[in-house]
Amino acid sequence: MGLLIKNAIIVNADKTGQAPQDILCDGGKIARIAAGIAAGGHETIDAAGKKVLPGLIDIHTHLRQPGREDKETIETGSRAAVKGGFTSIMCMPNTNPVIDNAMVVEFIIREADRVGLCNVYPIGAVTKAQKDEELTDMAELKSAGCLAFSDDGKSVLNSRLFRLAMEYAMMLDVLIIEHCQDPLLTAGGVMNEGIVSTKIGLKGDPGIAETVTVARDIEIARYLGARVHLAHMSLKRSCELIRFAKSQGIKVTAEACPHHFTLTDEACSGFDASTKVNPPLRTQEDVDAIKEAIADGTIDCIVTDHAPHTKEDKEVGFDGAPFGLIGLETSLSLTMTELVKPGIISLNQMADKMSAAPARLVGLTGKGAVRQGYDADLTIIDPDKEWTVTREGFVSKSKNSPFIGRKLKGSVEYTICGGRVVYKI
Amino acid sequence: MTWKHKHLLGLQDLSRRDIEMVLETAKSFKEVSSRDIKKVPALRGKTVVTLFFEASTRTRISFELAAKRLSADTLNIAANVSSTSKGETLLDTARNIEAMNVDAMVVRHSSSGSVFLLAEGLKCSVVNAGDGCREHPTQALLDIFTLQEKFGRIEGLKVGIVGDILHSRVARSNIWGLTKLGAKVTVCGPATLMPRGIEELGVDVCYDLNRVLKQSDALIALRLQKERQQDKFLPSMREYSRLFGLNQAKLSEAGDHLIVMHPGPTNRGLELSADVADGPQSVILDQVTNGVAVRMAVLYLVLGTKTPA
Repeated sequence: MGLLIKNAIIVNADKTGQAPQDILCDGGKIARIAAGIAAGGHETIDAAGKKVLPGLIDIHTHLRQPGREDKETIETGSRAAVKGGFTSIMCMPNTNPVIDNAMVVEFIIREADRVGLCNVYPIGAVTKAQKDEELTDMAELKSAGCLAFSDDGKSVLNSRLFRLAMEYAMMLDVLIIEHCQDPLLTAGGVMNEGIVSTKIGLKGDPGIAETVTVARDIEIARYLGARVHLAHMSLKRSCELIRFAKSQGIKVTAEACPHHFTLTDEACSGFDASTKVNPPLRTQEDVDAIKEAIADGTIDCIVTDHAPHTKEDKEVGFDGAPFGLIGLETSLSLTMTELVKPGIISLNQMADKMSAAPARLVGLTGKGAVRQGYDADLTIIDPDKEWTVTREGFVSKSKNSPFIGRKLKGSVEYTICGGRVVYKI
Repeated sequence: MTWKHKHLLGLQDLSRRDIEMVLETAKSFKEVSSRDIKKVPALRGKTVVTLFFEASTRTRISFELAAKRLSADTLNIAANVSSTSKGETLLDTARNIEAMNVDAMVVRHSSSGSVFLLAEGLKCSVVNAGDGCREHPTQALLDIFTLQEKFGRIEGLKVGIVGDILHSRVARSNIWGLTKLGAKVTVCGPATLMPRGIEELGVDVCYDLNRVLKQSDALIALRLQKERQQDKFLPSMREYSRLFGLNQAKLSEAGDHLIVMHPGPTNRGLELSADVADGPQSVILDQVTNGVAVRMAVLYLVLGTKTPA
């Protein structure tokens, strides 16, 4: 007995179905897509008036387990993921211990299986203990399940080591995801350096801390002919550099987060620590450029950079608070509200940026499209429903969102992973 | 016109009229301090706590005297960072103190914006005595009060501020206050210590102290923190002093029209030479005297508001 979704308007990256279809999920796969499939004992969902997208894939999440289970666990993070429409998430290695050995990878995969809500793919560290000294055993990590590698939270600052990492990753055909930020330039900055930081006396993080690293990484990728994926791009100038690199045929790809196309550094002027994020919120010019770069393909995908922190950790004043905000439960609706509704991107492009492209980037086969034979990972949305973000509404263990109180358009109605309903509004 | 602010967090939030009201109130309180019996019953029965997370002598004493001369009960707490490192947050510490029925808390903290956290989380009035690099409103108010006393006006006055503008809460508060009252402000200091986009606050930037001296009616010299050299902002203290330190030679060349101010404590010989600090053009001690009157005015006004918590 399978799951039958009736009257589905299917939205794929390449096209939208003209007429409603029925989708039969069986054995974890999409068994059949056709009009008028007989109910015949299947569990049935009526998707009339809604849209069915390929299950969303987030290649940039922080689950905090092992190490900081008070902030988030694989279980609570999975719950937040499926509530936000994600069927696959990739968790960053800056846990304690760091994901730099097969044991931690296996632990995470086992725990995610036990929770059984969505697919969780650990990202391996590029350097042991993320110390920027020696490469991890990337081949072993790959066989344990790592599809991508990153020292996220910081750059691989040692340029030679980063070059070696890219060469090694090229051999293994895994993706390197780089957090672009030169800490010597950041120099303890807690928000974007500019007129707002000048006004309110917070230490500024200059945009050049990001762009010089973007330029370095592009040059290394060009020299080696290797791939590199640039995490959470926040600046107009970064987009320009990437656009240029792509025009030269350099294998650079990039991602952006909803908060970087929604909020500016003005949001920090009330000292709300949930607006403290790394890279920091930038200016309106940057917000507009990120939107444009998403629309024209300079930015390949949208990620959450879900970074849970407890109230205790965040409520210590802006200077002392850790960087990060939660994003799994708001990313789809922010993308709908800020990009799709104003006509900056189409729903198809959203399906690309939030599912097809991430699957392609990390080499997840059988995901990223609603297609017969593909995994039955589906996200059913109501594109017109409005809802208001509330603190109580979050299922993530942490509530550090700058979007509380904000009215958003587009809601997740059902999340289906491996042919099972794992979330229902 | 009545005072509407329960807290004083910065001059950015005040209108020109608000600032003028503090100045007028301070004027009447200044007279109190010159009496034989230096006390009025304005705040009798009120409790004012100073909670300082950073070292301070002058500002803390000034607030304490201000409260005492208004007949408030005072308590001084020099909190070190260790109470927060024990797991108690700033807000916890403040809430515990407030639970003993405090009416106003005067707070200094190294983190910019920390006073907002307190103002939101507490029921009592919060007076900012310096938050990180953001604001030190009572210092600017006493500077403006002193300028008003010396020149009889602020409108059209040309004021130079020299030093580490980037890290200076005194500079920021003075910029907000002075520009709101129509003064023309020029900031001066090493380019490495000039915050990005400062011109957008309506000030001029000049790297030549001699030029600033010639065109100004008053110069506020800022205290230079010795750590700035360790942070590589400056090649050396010697070089800083040569370019941005004020000595009698530079002052004499500019003329005797100009008055010299400093928020204290001064690094003598670094940003200000001793002969200038103690010379006839210095009004540094007047600033200290006026500080008490201005803080009396601030405490009186914020505690007089009847706005519900």
